[in-house]
Amino acid sequence: MINSNAKTLLEISGLTATVAGVTILKGINLTVRAGEVHAIMGPNGSGKSTLAKVLAGHPAYEVTGGTVQFEGQDLFALAAEARARAGLFLGFQYPVEIPGVSNSSFLRLAYNTVQGGRGKDELDPLEFDDYVREKMKLLEMSPEFLDRSVNDGFSGGEKKRNEILQMAILEPRVSVLDETDSGLDIDALRIVAGGVNKLLTADNACVLVTHYQRLLNYITPDYVHVMESGRVIKTGGKELALELESRGYDWLLDAKVTA
Amino acid sequence: MNVVSKHPFVDALVAGGRALPASTASWLNLRRSLALERANALSVPTTRDEEWRFTDLATLNKLRVEPVGQAAALVDVAPYAVSEAATRLAFVDGVYAPALSSRSPLPAGVTVGTLAENLNIQSALMGVHLAAHADFNEQVFTALNTAWLRDGVFIHIAQNTALSEPLHLLFIATLKDAASCPRCLIVAEAGAECTVIEDYVAATTEAYFTNAVTEIAIKPNARVRHVRLQRESMQAVHIASCAVSLAKDASYVSQSIAFGARLSRYNLDVIHKGEGAEAVIDGLALISGQQLADTHTTMDHAQPNGRCTQLHKTIVGGAAHAVFNGKVLVRKDAQLTNSAQQSRNLLLSSTARVDTKPQLEIFADDVKCAHGATVGQLDAEQLFYLKSRGLPDTQARNLLTYAFGAEIVDRIPVKSLVAQLEKTVMAQTQASV
Repeated sequence: MINSNAKTLLEISGLTATVAGVTILKGINLTVRAGEVHAIMGPNGSGKSTLAKVLAGHPAYEVTGGTVQFEGQDLFALAAEARARAGLFLGFQYPVEIPGVSNSSFLRLAYNTVQGGRGKDELDPLEFDDYVREKMKLLEMSPEFLDRSVNDGFSGGEKKRNEILQMAILEPRVSVLDETDSGLDIDALRIVAGGVNKLLTADNACVLVTHYQRLLNYITPDYVHVMESGRVIKTGGKELALELESRGYDWLLDAKVTA
Repeated sequence: MNVVSKHPFVDALVAGGRALPASTASWLNLRRSLALERANALSVPTTRDEEWRFTDLATLNKLRVEPVGQAAALVDVAPYAVSEAATRLAFVDGVYAPALSSRSPLPAGVTVGTLAENLNIQSALMGVHLAAHADFNEQVFTALNTAWLRDGVFIHIAQNTALSEPLHLLFIATLKDAASCPRCLIVAEAGAECTVIEDYVAATTEAYFTNAVTEIAIKPNARVRHVRLQRESMQAVHIASCAVSLAKDASYVSQSIAFGARLSRYNLDVIHKGEGAEAVIDGLALISGQQLADTHTTMDHAQPNGRCTQLHKTIVGGAAHAVFNGKVLVRKDAQLTNSAQQSRNLLLSSTARVDTKPQLEIFADDVKCAHGATVGQLDAEQLFYLKSRGLPDTQARNLLTYAFGAEIVDRIPVKSLVAQLEKTVMAQTQASV
């Protein structure tokens, strides 16, 4: 929902970044206000996932220029864990498996660190169990996921549900969901997207990185941005996604060349 | 002219062995004297011996140790108590300590006591097994232990008798410069079952020497679960071997955990003497500072249809050094053997060191044998994932290190011990980062 008076949560200006010495982001500008849903689309290798990881503070990526303001503070002055505590959330394209760490203790540690940092009471294992079971209903997850190791042996769909469960628990101000729709069958997509929709409010915002229009049938974006070669080359409303679905990316790339 | 020995611990133990009064069992006197002869004849290994390449015994050679005759003053055993184990045999500096032991009534067919108190009653059975499985002809430390043999633990589980409660064997070191030779014999008759916790702890922070030998005979269809905890003082030298003999369809499941000792060496030798036997031999060494923990295992598949799975893990911090040598021998007749070995090692600092070596010798042609070894640091993607959920760097590292060790600790079939050890792993993990 667009409200031009809403607070700016994320302001990306002229962002450039490299990985292993190769420049991937070549000057990204993006403003995200409270209540908004942004979709970032674009062909493989255009830099979408890099943008997501740079925002979250992945150590393999080096920021070489530009600024990112997160609720008025310099995002890059914060370590990855401090960004999470400040209210930035990355939904991983490939959630990491951690054998030996139970999902319930991981989720509780994350909750107590992030929510505790915001002044909420820390929850002991029993209290947290009640809290997390309630959130799991949102994603139609069975409680047995709590006893298993983090993402260990989870199917693709289960891993993505576990990501959105973390989003539900941590209540971030800005969620960057990196290809949350990849690897999901149609039922899982409906459940995951339904979960995200229930978590969106007028006070938070969501950036969806996706290849396909399919996800946007479930989560309606306010803005659609198309990335190519490390830049945003076009921004439009939700109808842009439909146009991309029918025409592909080539017409945009051609337009850029002739422009 | 006085000759200064290069190996004072050998002289001390040999002299102690010589001074032993004769036993009433002639077979035991004979074995002791044979062992004494071998202890004198065998040389103490150096790093020029392949089996001791990475383990320099200089630390041990420098110790001026003496065997202890009497059990020392009372020790508080409460911190080591295992709530599930009503039966505990405690030894202080190698000497049986009845006051610290707990001898609860046991079901018919179960004998748990000392070698000395059972020698006259079970002489024939002991004659078959004691000093019969652990080789003292070639191993100087086993020879020293056997030459010195006068007491120890004796466990006998009669045919088709299953003992559900774990048995706790607690060896407590209290004296500086003490040399002790703990000895255990465990015999599980056909169809029998038991769980044994062999636990080495320290009520001192000083240097001393433990030289332990355990023999386990598992008859057809019997099952023995063996938890071995080495939590000696950080100055101690701990040398131990365990010989396990499995009959047809017998099962041996063990977790060997090493936290303590300045220098430790554990030899685990398992042999499948009957068809269809199964062994699970897991290990964890969690060391830091200047510690060295060396584990040598031999899985001898001597008969067909045997199975073995082995996961050995080490977590090495500071300037510590972990050594693992996993020998798997599949003899010509041991067709359809299925053996899998994994060695996984985590280095927490740039000065930590691991030497790991799988050693497969396969003479049968229809077998499955897998092995793998990894040495590494914490996984960067796992670390980032935890941090992206708000966990501070140190907490994320600790959690991952803990999880690495917990995989072995969680396999221990005694709940209170798992909880106790998880705390130790967590504390030691935090201290070593």
